[in-house]
Amino acid sequence: MARALLELLKKTFAGAVLESWSQHGDETAVIEPSRWHDVAAFLKTSSESDMSMLTDLTAVDFPDRNPRFEVVAHFYSLSKGHRVRLKARIGDPEGEHAHIPSLSDLWGSANWLERECWDMFGVVFVGHPDLRRILLYPEFVGHPLRKDYPADRIQPLVEYRDVPAIDKVAPFHHDEGMAFGRQTFDHVGSVDGDDPELFPGQKAN
Amino acid sequence: MGELTHGSDQVIGGGASEGIITTRAADLLAWAQKYSLFMYPFVTACCGMEFMAMSSPRYDFSRFGAEAPRFSPRQADLLWVVGTIVQRQAPILKRIYEQMAEPKWVLAFGTCASCGGFYDNYACVAGIDKIIPCDVYVPGCPPRPEAVLDGLMLLMDKIQRGDKRPAVVKPRTDPATDNTHGLVQVRRREPAA
Repeated sequence: MARALLELLKKTFAGAVLESWSQHGDETAVIEPSRWHDVAAFLKTSSESDMSMLTDLTAVDFPDRNPRFEVVAHFYSLSKGHRVRLKARIGDPEGEHAHIPSLSDLWGSANWLERECWDMFGVVFVGHPDLRRILLYPEFVGHPLRKDYPADRIQPLVEYRDVPAIDKVAPFHHDEGMAFGRQTFDHVGSVDGDDPELFPGQKAN
Repeated sequence: MGELTHGSDQVIGGGASEGIITTRAADLLAWAQKYSLFMYPFVTACCGMEFMAMSSPRYDFSRFGAEAPRFSPRQADLLWVVGTIVQRQAPILKRIYEQMAEPKWVLAFGTCASCGGFYDNYACVAGIDKIIPCDVYVPGCPPRPEAVLDGLMLLMDKIQRGDKRPAVVKPRTDPATDNTHGLVQVRRREPAA
């Protein structure tokens, strides 16, 4: 539907459109990162495209590629009903120098989308008015959706309780959680005595 | 008054037929506490819908005395943790818990609050017991209302017995032996001798 738009982009920004393809009705253009803002501004202002809405903006991490990240933006025209997807490849294999111009002066939605992208991938949006974490907390170190972020690394804000076997999950014992009926501790005997094997670290009062 | 002795230690000392009862002060106090739970709903996620269903007339946990929600932790003694707790929210939960006055109890509503469930990632706390001590775990995603009622009754039973150890609500039927659904055959692992 928007193939004419791709042709228009290729004609207007001859050197900036590195690749373009159409697949299942979706049009994609890969843009030179330095022209990212120019192409987006053209898409917004030109009467042929009239992209009034920035639907989504995110990134993809390809750890084996150089440039490593691919920033993806989806645009939609409310008046014409067509869509186009822009991509730009940035960053070196170490994840540094992932810089791209911000689109927040063109679409208001870009503000939060770019903050999320910075939060998750560490992509720096040059010219963003307030580039800080949006979902995670300021104390968080690293960018968790990068493929080299360890899958089991957590950064708790409050210290975990100092009790033995804190990593265990309920049910705690072989006869809990499965057998019929609600649990009582009748089989344990006196409730005054504690059974350290059943409940390590917990004291009966 | 038959409920008093159900599933708990003997509370009524005798003499009921003569119009008097004898009991112990601690038992009487625990009996009063278990029927007068002031709850603080700490609702963060989709289990909250189930919590609303629980508090509505169809399932109605106010039958058990857990009627009045208190949105100040200083006036509450039962903390319902309903939903996923992320690392960013953990300090808030801990602070809420610390603001509650003794005696206080915590009920983990649903799998996320109990153990994190499948949220085994950078953002989530894998079970609120990493942050605060928890009395009753109600598994399920979300738990059936019956399971929550079982959890509430289990907590009341624990209050009556003065039992501070954690407990898990079990399913009402054993999936290892219940073939009524006929979907999967579950084999139960026998406990180690």
